[in-house]
Amino acid sequence: MAQPKRRPRREVKLPFTVAMLPQDDLADFRQQAWAAYERLPMPHRKMEAWRRTDIRGLRGEALRLPEEGAYRNLPPVPEALSHPLVDAAHGGEMTLLPGSHERTFDEALAAQGVIFTDLRTAAAEHPDLLRQVLGKIVPPEDGKFAALAEALSQNGIFVYVPPGVQVEAPLHSLAWGPGVGLAHIDHLVIWVDKGAALTYVHESASPDEGGQTLHVGAVEILLGDAARLHFVELQSWGRHVWNFTHERAHLGRDATLEWIFGSLGSHLTKSFTQVRLAGEGASARVSGFYFADGKQHLDHDTRQDHLAPHTTSDLLYKGALTDYGRSVWRGMIFVAPEAQKTDGYQANRNLLLSDTARADSIPGLEIKANDVRCTHGATIGKVDFEQKFYLQSRGIPADEAERLIVEGFFDPIMQRIPFEGVRARFREAIHAKMG
Amino acid sequence: MSELVIRNLHVRVGDKEILKGLDLTLPQGEVHAIMGPNGTGKSTLAYTLMGHPNYEVTEGEVIFKGQNILELPPEERAHLGIFLAFQYPVAIPGVSLANFLRAAINAKRKALNPDDEGIPIAEFRKLLMDKMRLLNMDPSFAGRYLNDGFSGGEKKRAEILQMAMLEPEIAILDETDSGLDIDALRIVSEGVNALRGPDLGVLVITHYQRILRYIQPDKVHIMMDGRIVESGGPELAEHLEEHGYDWLRERVGA
Repeated sequence: MAQPKRRPRREVKLPFTVAMLPQDDLADFRQQAWAAYERLPMPHRKMEAWRRTDIRGLRGEALRLPEEGAYRNLPPVPEALSHPLVDAAHGGEMTLLPGSHERTFDEALAAQGVIFTDLRTAAAEHPDLLRQVLGKIVPPEDGKFAALAEALSQNGIFVYVPPGVQVEAPLHSLAWGPGVGLAHIDHLVIWVDKGAALTYVHESASPDEGGQTLHVGAVEILLGDAARLHFVELQSWGRHVWNFTHERAHLGRDATLEWIFGSLGSHLTKSFTQVRLAGEGASARVSGFYFADGKQHLDHDTRQDHLAPHTTSDLLYKGALTDYGRSVWRGMIFVAPEAQKTDGYQANRNLLLSDTARADSIPGLEIKANDVRCTHGATIGKVDFEQKFYLQSRGIPADEAERLIVEGFFDPIMQRIPFEGVRARFREAIHAKMG
Repeated sequence: MSELVIRNLHVRVGDKEILKGLDLTLPQGEVHAIMGPNGTGKSTLAYTLMGHPNYEVTEGEVIFKGQNILELPPEERAHLGIFLAFQYPVAIPGVSLANFLRAAINAKRKALNPDDEGIPIAEFRKLLMDKMRLLNMDPSFAGRYLNDGFSGGEKKRAEILQMAMLEPEIAILDETDSGLDIDALRIVSEGVNALRGPDLGVLVITHYQRILRYIQPDKVHIMMDGRIVESGGPELAEHLEEHGYDWLRERVGA
């Protein structure tokens, strides 16, 4: 009897080869990451983390790495993005461009021993420091895209704040990824040493273009004992970008992290955002906001690892969805046996603005200690009709009423963002998406 | 001087007819009270005048400034000068009272003049602080999320604050007295009285005669079974308090 015909499962194929590894001071590290890349399977929907995010539409074979200086023939950074996102003066600004980068940096900070440079320069000039972090927080084995980011990163940033140094003026970086058919791959490494403090804003953006473009990124953050970091991320990739990131912060004793994660752009995003509370008394607050419209698919995978006693984590992701927008949030709080007196919280709130939008929300707890407080919550709701009528009865037109309600929904997250520039960018996005 | 004219208004909620041919005329400059037992359709009238889509008008018209307002969406009724103080104002978390009021004022200005740039912030803040003082409201109220966590009395005061800020020409107070203690009732009533004038018509919908001791009506209407069954002067409210509704029930056969 004839076997039933089974259509061969199309797997995403990427065109990268070992010959494409940059020959720089990181060559050995890249080789190691490449080996992991070759060993690890391409994500597919049978893998739990990828069940709700299908990447088979990515035509990977056609992608190219940008050539040196490629940015010269691509759309430039628009005026609006070249304005600083933060109100105060910058301590430094880095723009990652296809095949290049640009940097400004306050000499006074350099004199204090603060390092803010591209990854290759760091590999050449500060190998001893860089090597203590590189690939240690996000190991290449974390996943296919983590390995790819670390093997092939053409662009990267290394930030180091020496013990006790309080950097007042924020550092800012922009990954600008224009072009069609390109693979933009970057790697951020941020190390705030003992008792030091930093505010860092990282933005990713590109214009809307046709075709497909890939972004793959790794973000590694190390906070020494009693270090403090305020980390604000905002992705506004163009509608043709397939965006994959692996991001993790490792916190030492009494370290505190305030992480704002904004996700507005891309065709499809799959991000892994994780905090690892490794030192006693460490605490992290993670605040996410996202808004999917059109056919955007935004998948945010979060994890809070409590590995030491008296650690605190508080995660809140809020999202709005309209048109055929789709979001996935999958959260996990893990508490190790020794992490007693842990306080962990995770919540995901979604607002559906159309009947065709969809949000999946999957909280998770895995608790191995017995004296802890861990809670979670997940909701998916619609704009309340009576709220809308109330606003309309005061003369506010229906579409504006809905926008006010959506802005109100996000307000608790906006209150956590210390920069009016970022808040304004988000409000503009709400306006644009609600058209 | 305009008047709000309700003619033969029939309204249905689902399959049930609630208003069954209601007639009423409210001129600007006057305060009218509508009283009646529970379930006679008083709140239905309030919601219908404001344009809540759950209330289906099957017959009749409501004319204001030469237009049948029943054909307008709620926001355009507001722009014409109609205001409803809700019996149960909803909370809108994340939207501060001040931001909301500015959006409402600007929406009306823009409706009247598409080129309007909005009320200047300084002017708005001064106006808001003046009106809040009038209503004995703490300035910190302006920054609080709209009706979110407000007590019953705070919600009602916030409704009258909105009325003061938006300067309507016809205001409908839907059981504004319900759930208020005597001090809150006095403050709210004084707020309404301060807004009385030749350009404002007020329709006080109430179950009790109590509020009418503070807000003196020019006319009192009694509503039963979806219609106005009796109209008179302020003495009608007192008569009701003494004799209840039974004498009317017998007369109208309800």
